[in-house]
Amino acid sequence: MEPTVETNVKSVRRSKDEKKVLRKLLKASHTLLKHEGIIPASQPTKSLVVANGGLGNGVSREELSAALTEMGEVETLVMPRHKPYAFATYRSQESARKAHMHLNGEKLQCGENSVTLYLSYVDSVPCEEEAPSPLPEGLVLVEDFVSLEEEAILLAAIDWSSTNDDVTAQKALKHRKVKHYGFEFRYDNNNVDKDKPLPAGLPEECLPVLERCVKDGHIVTMPDQLTVNQYEVGQGIPPHVDTHSAFEDTILSLSLGAKVVMEFRHPDGRLVSVLLPERSLLVMKGESRYLWTHGITPRKFDMVPACDPQSSAHTTSVRGTNSSLTLNKRGTRTSFTFRKIRHDPCHCAFPSACDSQGVPSAPSPSQPSPPLLPCCHADAAQLEEEYVHQVYNAIAPHFSSTRHSPWPRVCHFLSSLPAGSVLADVGCGNGKYLGVNPEVIAVGCDRSSALVQICADRGFQAFVSDALSVPLRAASCDACISIAVIHHFSTQERRLAAVRELVRLLKPGGRALVYVWAFEQEYNKQKSKYLKDQNKEHPENHGPIYNTSEDRQLADNYKPVDKIQDVSKVTNGKLSVHTNRTAFNTQDLLVPWHLKEGKTRGEGESKGSSKIDKTKVKYKKTLGNSCSTSSVRSNTRSDGNTGCDSNMPSGIFPDTSDDTRNSDDTTQTSSLSGELSKSENSPAPVFHRYYHVFQEGELEQLCVQVAGIKVQSSYHDQGNWCVILEKE
Amino acid sequence: MKLLTHNMLTSHVKGVAKGYPLLIKATEVKVNEVEFNPQFVSRMIPKLEWSALVQAAEQLGHREDLPAELVPDYEKNEEFLKKVHRALLEVEVIEGCLQCPESGREFPISRGIPNMLLNEDEV
Repeated sequence: MEPTVETNVKSVRRSKDEKKVLRKLLKASHTLLKHEGIIPASQPTKSLVVANGGLGNGVSREELSAALTEMGEVETLVMPRHKPYAFATYRSQESARKAHMHLNGEKLQCGENSVTLYLSYVDSVPCEEEAPSPLPEGLVLVEDFVSLEEEAILLAAIDWSSTNDDVTAQKALKHRKVKHYGFEFRYDNNNVDKDKPLPAGLPEECLPVLERCVKDGHIVTMPDQLTVNQYEVGQGIPPHVDTHSAFEDTILSLSLGAKVVMEFRHPDGRLVSVLLPERSLLVMKGESRYLWTHGITPRKFDMVPACDPQSSAHTTSVRGTNSSLTLNKRGTRTSFTFRKIRHDPCHCAFPSACDSQGVPSAPSPSQPSPPLLPCCHADAAQLEEEYVHQVYNAIAPHFSSTRHSPWPRVCHFLSSLPAGSVLADVGCGNGKYLGVNPEVIAVGCDRSSALVQICADRGFQAFVSDALSVPLRAASCDACISIAVIHHFSTQERRLAAVRELVRLLKPGGRALVYVWAFEQEYNKQKSKYLKDQNKEHPENHGPIYNTSEDRQLADNYKPVDKIQDVSKVTNGKLSVHTNRTAFNTQDLLVPWHLKEGKTRGEGESKGSSKIDKTKVKYKKTLGNSCSTSSVRSNTRSDGNTGCDSNMPSGIFPDTSDDTRNSDDTTQTSSLSGELSKSENSPAPVFHRYYHVFQEGELEQLCVQVAGIKVQSSYHDQGNWCVILEKE
Repeated sequence: MKLLTHNMLTSHVKGVAKGYPLLIKATEVKVNEVEFNPQFVSRMIPKLEWSALVQAAEQLGHREDLPAELVPDYEKNEEFLKKVHRALLEVEVIEGCLQCPESGREFPISRGIPNMLLNEDEV
């Protein structure tokens, strides 16, 4: 009796399971129809779509193929890239039927994971042919460049045992381990300290390999810098272009230990995946070195061509036919990247990606979206490095040429200082305030070495330093000014630290003047010049006359405004890009700067400064009144917002220059006909600077947090919030 | 960098208690003539760390006979003011470096500009 009972129980269970499989199968085929347009056949055919049996699900060709061939002879197996399904065509319909019956709902073990397969008949298998992409120009892959023996020697030459050491500047990065020889590559500025070679030169084990590279003509001169990266399974490196100004043209990279797929991306969106087999040499030159980014996606498997020894010559580009793809589980890969330090600015033919030619070097030039508002100190510093410091260095000559007229109320403050006062201008830019009062002892500092150089060329005393750590003795200054600086700090803590540092410099009784850009560009029903200048393009909209600056003389017991309106700060945590000359709708934003062509490219400082003077003269001709210049804009843009989009790779779009740093920072660009036509012909780079614009009362509230000072007065001046602080 | 600026600069490396005055290691020094303004110079003197100026001028080989101690009634001593004027405003370090007296950290001076930026771990 017992066996019968058992059989009954089993059959009941099976029918339950079958129902479940059927339900899942329907669901799977519905999903394929809805998302992939795969129409199931109404009658059995020779072809099946295998849901869940795809490369995108971590199923390898070998594993799926083994399961399928148990049911009969498989004619073709198509595994589309990244898809969670595959197509199998059997030689006979009978085999297909068998597979449909036996494999549906079956679990397939793939490494540690398993997937449940669901199969449906299809009338046709989609065309799997995809034209193989050619390799990026200048890219060469030499397979089996080093022998197994050399590979072992090279790997043994790297001692990873110490976690951090100075000799080879070993660092454990977030996604990989790295060691530097010859020179340290610094991830903070994406460059090398060219005058600070590391104690450890290139390991001698590398020399035979490098000599072969020279002999074979892969590189002209011996490299003098080596970066060794070790990637564990699942690790990668973000897409990047090696900093142009740091290294010469040819970059050599040996892949050791395991193969990996490296992705090359062109700014126009082209993507070429290249399989780097173990012991291969990758040579990047020209366009592939200067313009294409390269990176390794952090994942455990790569889609690689299925093993096919005859086609190994073509395995360089992974984009072969889909039908030949399979999965390769990654192993620990060590790459040796050899580079030659560059000592002169880069003059490559790819200025849009060239930091020597005006584009700030960013860790990921292909970064697809605006940065996030930082939430920690390190993120903030990184954001400011990329979206403030590097930008000012890149735009310095052009920026300086638009910053020639001191703001009247700042001048008034400077003129009020007694003769012999010591003045520090923290964030002095091109030094326009350093000479306003010749009776004071003025010294300036700025984070941008390019701007400080302009100060020096003008004969002012200035040095390079950060506003959070000014190398001046405490209590050594009678006065400090911080004009349009603190709004570049991206957290409240850092803005506070900047004020604190100013106060530290002051002697008791000393005074500081602070200007920051205001959220409120319209104040007391008066629009700031920043907004008004837009109206010049639309005279019919011309607003009322400006020149408002409301003083609020404050009593000793300054009462902070305690409710600051909560404007939406960011969208989805991402910083938004401001549209020039419009009202602000967030407090933390990126402000585009449209670089005038010819303002940075290869100009020496002296030439730069003579250019400034020239521009100045031209300005005076065009401008109307007083020391505030007005903007003369060319009206060639159809849309003021065009291209103000940091999604643009390298931020390039055709536009004439339109600076908008600060409302009455007497903006503007000259739209001289010659330069205009020039910039129409060649696209001008756009840079984005980070700003935190202050709401009414916010600056005062910030300052009163610093002990030992009082807010002497505060006012709104042309779209800026301003305070005068006095140290007690 | 003029010695006036040097007189104001201090090492700001994290943890350094006595970062003043910075030592000067110059490889190129220039002397540029600057118009002498006795009033400006005598107003400057009380703002200075006198010994730091003397030491800096000494390091550059331009101390000449600048006294170790500030002389009394210097306002009326034009000869003295001229010496101070020269040391403070005319001697300029073009290339070299500034060194923190305590940590030994060097700050490069290039084209007359001291670069006082610190690395992240020094702030």
